[in-house]
Amino acid sequence: MKKRVVITGLGVVAPNGVGLEAFTHAIKNGISGIKHDPELERLQFSCQIAGKPEVSTELALNYFSELELRNFNSTGILYGVIAGIDAWKDAGLSLAINENPDWDSGTIFGTGTSGIDKFRESIYKIDDFQTRRLGSTAVAQTMNSGVSAYLGGKLGLGNQVTTNSSACTTGTESVLMAYDRIKSGQAKRILAGSTSDSGPYIWGGFDAMKVCTFKHNQDPQHGSRPMSESASGFVPGSGAGALVLEDLETAIARGATIYAEVLGGHVNSGGQRGLGTMTAPNPVAVQKCITTALKNAEITAKDIDAINGHLTATSKDSLEIQNWSEALDRNGIDFPYINSLKSMVGHCLSGAGSIESVASILQLHHGFIFPNTNCPDLHPEIKALIDQTRIPQQAIEMELNIIAKASFGFGDVNGCVIFKRYKQN
Amino acid sequence: MNKEQTIAELKNIVKPYIANQEAFDTLTEDTDFINDLKINSANLVDVILDIEEKYDIIIDNEAMERMINVKAALEIIETKLSEKM
Repeated sequence: MKKRVVITGLGVVAPNGVGLEAFTHAIKNGISGIKHDPELERLQFSCQIAGKPEVSTELALNYFSELELRNFNSTGILYGVIAGIDAWKDAGLSLAINENPDWDSGTIFGTGTSGIDKFRESIYKIDDFQTRRLGSTAVAQTMNSGVSAYLGGKLGLGNQVTTNSSACTTGTESVLMAYDRIKSGQAKRILAGSTSDSGPYIWGGFDAMKVCTFKHNQDPQHGSRPMSESASGFVPGSGAGALVLEDLETAIARGATIYAEVLGGHVNSGGQRGLGTMTAPNPVAVQKCITTALKNAEITAKDIDAINGHLTATSKDSLEIQNWSEALDRNGIDFPYINSLKSMVGHCLSGAGSIESVASILQLHHGFIFPNTNCPDLHPEIKALIDQTRIPQQAIEMELNIIAKASFGFGDVNGCVIFKRYKQN
Repeated sequence: MNKEQTIAELKNIVKPYIANQEAFDTLTEDTDFINDLKINSANLVDVILDIEEKYDIIIDNEAMERMINVKAALEIIETKLSEKM
């Protein structure tokens, strides 16, 4: 029998808020986490602004031992572990150390790279004939599955412990992979999520591609402008989001708070055929991903109250709106509400899908739609497709039933997940 | 080299890595890093790097393999220091 899957815990380390409370406050109030980055300026990046979560050593010591933090240089693992453990605690699950692993619980925690600063440090040592001085944690910090390995050990997870990677779709994909595993009865509980490293070595490649904005170095908070006519590229970001997905029966049996239900979704690829390339989405695949997600979730397009888009603030935003509009066959005033978290945090890359999923769930749970900032000048191509009221610029307090969340990534990969408000009986 | 002093210095170096406080408190020349102090075997290389840094010596692979207890560590430190003279 197929299991129903619900979300019972959330954790987040975002540029505009570390921890659920700070993050909820920030997204409700349109607070930006984008700042000028002196290191990017020193390195003569075109884009010298970024979204970076603020994590003090004091805070880190609540999640890592002093020994673990010795020679530790992996922001991605730092953010992922904090978000993951917070989600676990938020779900009311124990951190007690038992003799046996918890065979029913696992983690699917994605990332694009791991410990890129540690990697750089190691490469310099190796080239200087100092390989023997790398220390014992260079592998754990730089292996892609480092984040899930750290979490698996801290939580004693005995089910699947893995890291998925699909560029900017990573976080949305991890939620869907966790959903599949629970639905098929192979796990009772999966800590899903994703993370991204911070800093010049992760963002440099995007800067070189000229896909980041260079027009707001003196005006960071207005730099990330999804859906705006004056959007001039994305603002690089980083951070992590985490969600405890759980079998409904198990969640009810232990009296857990249920934030929302995962109704289903879909991941696919445009195969870099048609209009799809390494960096551009094939619209046929994007629309197929959305329509298949609806089918899998057993809902119709008209059931969707709000969309949390990918919407990065590049020239592709209009195309994304067009894809949603065609896939749902809804336009003008009939289009669902839509928002992009990236206006406040930038593009958190492999962390984006999970941070934005956390934001989507918070909207369902608390009954609000967070505002789109920085788009008073909506792009005319977007205005031609959907009514401006569908793109709220102020927070709206309202009960929502279903939110569709999608992410699209390099490699022409797509993910769309359908979340539903859970009504406790 | 003053043995008592070196043991005290060594104790300070291994402190962050130990998982058995009692064995640490009663550390002697015969104390084993892994069996007694319960240092994670992966962390032994970190202990050795810390020793190298403290005494400004290089501990080669052969010596590293032998360095599993306080006694061996003392011997190796003494040998390497005398080679430096």
